[in-house]
Amino acid sequence: MKHSISVLLAAGLMTLSLHSLAQKTASQGIDEYRAMLQDGNPADLFEAKGEALWTQKRGPKNASLEKCDLGKGPGVFKGVFVELPKYFADTGRVQDMESRLLTCMETLQGFNAAEIAKTAFGRGEQVNMTALATWLAAESKGMKFNLSQANQAEKTFYEVGKRLFFQRGGPHDFACASCHAEDGKRIRLQDLPNLTKNPGDGVGFAAWPAYRVSNGQMWGMQQRLNDCYRQQRFPYPGFASDATIALGVYLGVNSQGSASIAPAIKR
Amino acid sequence: MADPMRIRAQAAGDKATIRVLMSHEMESGQRKDAAGKTVPAWFIQEVTATHNGKPVLSAEWVPAVSKNPFLQFAVKGAKAGDKIAVTWKDNKGDTRTDEATVS
Repeated sequence: MKHSISVLLAAGLMTLSLHSLAQKTASQGIDEYRAMLQDGNPADLFEAKGEALWTQKRGPKNASLEKCDLGKGPGVFKGVFVELPKYFADTGRVQDMESRLLTCMETLQGFNAAEIAKTAFGRGEQVNMTALATWLAAESKGMKFNLSQANQAEKTFYEVGKRLFFQRGGPHDFACASCHAEDGKRIRLQDLPNLTKNPGDGVGFAAWPAYRVSNGQMWGMQQRLNDCYRQQRFPYPGFASDATIALGVYLGVNSQGSASIAPAIKR
Repeated sequence: MADPMRIRAQAAGDKATIRVLMSHEMESGQRKDAAGKTVPAWFIQEVTATHNGKPVLSAEWVPAVSKNPFLQFAVKGAKAGDKIAVTWKDNKGDTRTDEATVS
């Protein structure tokens, strides 16, 4: 008698576990897959490269980037990522991480910024740019976004970014908002965050730069935005252009108070 | 010269878990470039690991392994302070060795 009860119990437990297995949604499955990848995120490799590049003497002026002012004074690299984009008085521009690095590479190291901006992603100096952005993002991992909106230019950039986010264009006549302005939307198995409000810790703006497993590439925010325009079949406004930075301000300010997990890992 | 590996070695109980990230293109030889030409295969063929100089792992890899590969294995009897060295050699003869101390 006792024996049959325990068999019954075991059978009961089995159906229970089968039931909970069936309950697992596709996105939970993807989350598990991501957690598995997290342990060996190849972004670490780019991070190490960026760290070395910071102190390495390079360029026509044979100088390092150690005196680069990323918003918290020359040479400060901890915590700058979560406060960018912001207004810089010396250039008179609102700048994001990558455009500010471009400025430093030109003024300190003597590189031709326009030339680097024209270089395709993943080629030449753009490789170093991404590595630097990856390392700098990692130096602010876990910190909360806190973008300044004190300057008029920063406020203007937010408004411009918002309009660009909703501006429809291209042969498919869609905007960033077509995919990223609604809760619970997805493309195939990819959940699409709603970026018109705070998407939460480590989502959207707080997840780039990220390593993309599917193509083995490290992407910065600029390349991510470029990809949005590519999917929109709309011309890319250009690397470190005001339009891309304005979108960065819009996304960054919306993520106010959310923690950064960059460099993240993506499918 | 190849980029360095990232090796993390952590002791727990009577063994140490070693996690290695290698920086390599791992080109399969199956892909074609924009001009339609086959991109030549370029991948890690041999991976070896030593524990205080004594071989503990030897593997033959094929092009099916991903770009920037991640390798995890356990070494029995490895304690904090021990040295773990990992070496890879690719089909072009390029090689890289990095060492880590078990913590």
